[in-house]
Amino acid sequence: MRGLFLASACVCILAVGVICFFLIANGLPFFRQSSLIDFISGTQWAPLRNIFGILPMIVGSFVITLGALLLGAPIGVLTAIMMARFASNKAVRLMKPAVALLAGIPSVVYGFFGLMLLVPFTRNTLGGDGLSIFVASVLLAIMILPTIIQTSEAAIRAVPESYYEGSLALGATHEASVFRAVVPSARSGILSGIVLGLGRAIGETTAVLMVAGNQARLPSGILQGVRTLTVNVLLEMGYAADLHRESLIATGLVLFVLVMAVNFLFSFINRRRVLQ
Amino acid sequence: MSVNMKAGQTGAPDISVPARSRPRWGARALKWLCAFSSALTLGILLLIVLYICLNGIPEFFYRDEAGVFRFKSELFALRYNSRNLSMLPALINTLSMTGLALLFSVPIGVGGGIYLAEYAKPSSKLVKLIRVTAETLAGIPSIIYALFGMLVFVVTLKIGISMLAGALTLGTMTLPLILRQTEESLMGVPMSYREGSYGLGAGKLRTTLRIVLPVAMPGILAAVLLSIGRISGETAALVFTSGTGTRIAGLSDSGRTLAVHLFKLQEEGRAVGASFAVAVVLLIVVVLMNALSVYLAKKLTTKG
Repeated sequence: MRGLFLASACVCILAVGVICFFLIANGLPFFRQSSLIDFISGTQWAPLRNIFGILPMIVGSFVITLGALLLGAPIGVLTAIMMARFASNKAVRLMKPAVALLAGIPSVVYGFFGLMLLVPFTRNTLGGDGLSIFVASVLLAIMILPTIIQTSEAAIRAVPESYYEGSLALGATHEASVFRAVVPSARSGILSGIVLGLGRAIGETTAVLMVAGNQARLPSGILQGVRTLTVNVLLEMGYAADLHRESLIATGLVLFVLVMAVNFLFSFINRRRVLQ
Repeated sequence: MSVNMKAGQTGAPDISVPARSRPRWGARALKWLCAFSSALTLGILLLIVLYICLNGIPEFFYRDEAGVFRFKSELFALRYNSRNLSMLPALINTLSMTGLALLFSVPIGVGGGIYLAEYAKPSSKLVKLIRVTAETLAGIPSIIYALFGMLVFVVTLKIGISMLAGALTLGTMTLPLILRQTEESLMGVPMSYREGSYGLGAGKLRTTLRIVLPVAMPGILAAVLLSIGRISGETAALVFTSGTGTRIAGLSDSGRTLAVHLFKLQEEGRAVGASFAVAVVLLIVVVLMNALSVYLAKKLTTKG
C-alpha cells in the first residue's frame, strides 16, 4: 500500500512535468518561424496575414491586473484588519462565510454579473461602450478580494499577542497598537496574499472575456476595450489551425512563464517570512 | 482627558488618562476605513447575489392566460433546442462531470495525502518536490489547464473532445486541493490515537485506514465539497476538452456543463432570461457546497 500512496503523491510531479513538456513541445515550434522578440514586442495581431504580435495582450494583462490590485488590495487588507482586530465575534462569524462565498462564485457568473450590470452602468455614466479596462479591473478586484482577505487575516492573526500587549503597555491606544505594531509585523504575510491575488488576476479568463471588449490593440484609455493573454487563447483556439494554433499555444507558454514567475515571487516572500 | 488646572483652584491632582491615549485622528480614520471596506465587501456580495436572484428567480415562472403563475417546465425539457433553451442536459452533465472528475482526484489526492502525512519523512527531497509541484498545480490558471487537457487528453491520447477528457482535466485541477487538505486533516489527528492503535497491536496500514482516516474525514469531505464547487463553476478548462455539446452526454460524447452553458448562451447572444435562470442554479450549487463545507469544517474543529 505504501507504494500505492507514494505513487498517488507522485501524480502531482507527473502532472506538472507533463504540462511543462506539452506546452513547450507544442509552443516552441512556433519560434522557428518567428523570433521570440518579434512575438512579444509586436504590436499587431493579424492571424489571417500571419502577423503575430502579442504586446497588446501583455499590456492588457498587466493593465487590468494592476487596476484590480489598486482597487482590491487596499479594500481587502483593510477588511482583513477589521476581521482580525476590530470586529466583534458575531460580525466575524457573519463575514467569514460571506468571504468564502465570494471566493466560491464561479467566474462565469461574475462575468455575467459584470456584463449585465457593470457594463451598462459604465456606458451610461462614464461613456464609451462599457466593455472596458475599467469594468474588467473592477470585476477582477472583486474576484481577488477573498484571496487577499483570507491570506491577510490569517497573517494578522498569526502575529504574537505580545506585540499588541507590549504596545498597549507603552501607552498606545488599541487603534495605534493595531496599525503601528500588529499590522506592520504581518507585512510579509499580507504581501504574499496580494501576490496570490495577482496570480489569480493574471490567470482569470472567462470573466475578463465577457467584459473587457477583447480588441487586440494597444489601449489608450481605461474606457477602451483590451484583450488579455488568457482571453486570446480562449477566444481563438476554437477555430485556429497550423501556425495560428501554434501561436496561441506560444501565448499560453508566455502566460505560463508569467504565472510561474508570480508563484516564485510568492514562495520567495513566504520563505523569507518563515526565516524571520 | 487632561483638565486645565487654573491657578488657585483646589481639588485632587489631575490623574485622568493623558490625551495621547485617545485615538489620534489618523488612527481613527483608518479604523473607519476598515469598517467601510468590510461593509463594501459585504455589500458587493449582497449586490451580486440579490441581482442574480431577483432577475433570475422570476425566469422560472410565467403567467398563463388566467393570470396564474406557473412553473416554466420547458426550462427543464429533456432535450435542448434554441426555442426552449432547456438547462436540464447541462445540469445532468454537470453532475456526471463532477462525479467523473472526483473519481480521479479523490483516490489519488487522498492517497497522496496519506503518504505525505503518515509515511513520508518530512525532510526528504521527494516530499519537498511533491509539495512544490502541488503548489504549482494549485497556482496554474484554468486556461493553461485547457491547453493541457486539449494537447494531452484530446489530441495525444486520442480521447477526443469528450466528458472523459474534461473530467481528466478537472481531476488534475482539483488534485492539489484534495491532496493538501487531506494531509492537513491527517496531521491534525492527535498522535495518541495512533499510539493507542499500535498499542492494541494494529499495523501501520490498519491504523491509518481504520483509526486516523475516519477522524480526518470531515476535513477531507470539506475539500471534496470545495472541489465540487470548483468543477461545477469551471468554464475555460472545459470549452476545448469536454466541448459544448447540448445533449445529455455519455463518457465519450461532448457535453456542456451548466457553467459552459451560461457562457455559450452569452456568446451566442441568446435569451438573457434563460441565462439569469442558469446563473441562479449555479449560485445555489455554490452556496450549498460552501455551506456544507463550512459545517463540516466546524464539526472537525469541535471534535479535534
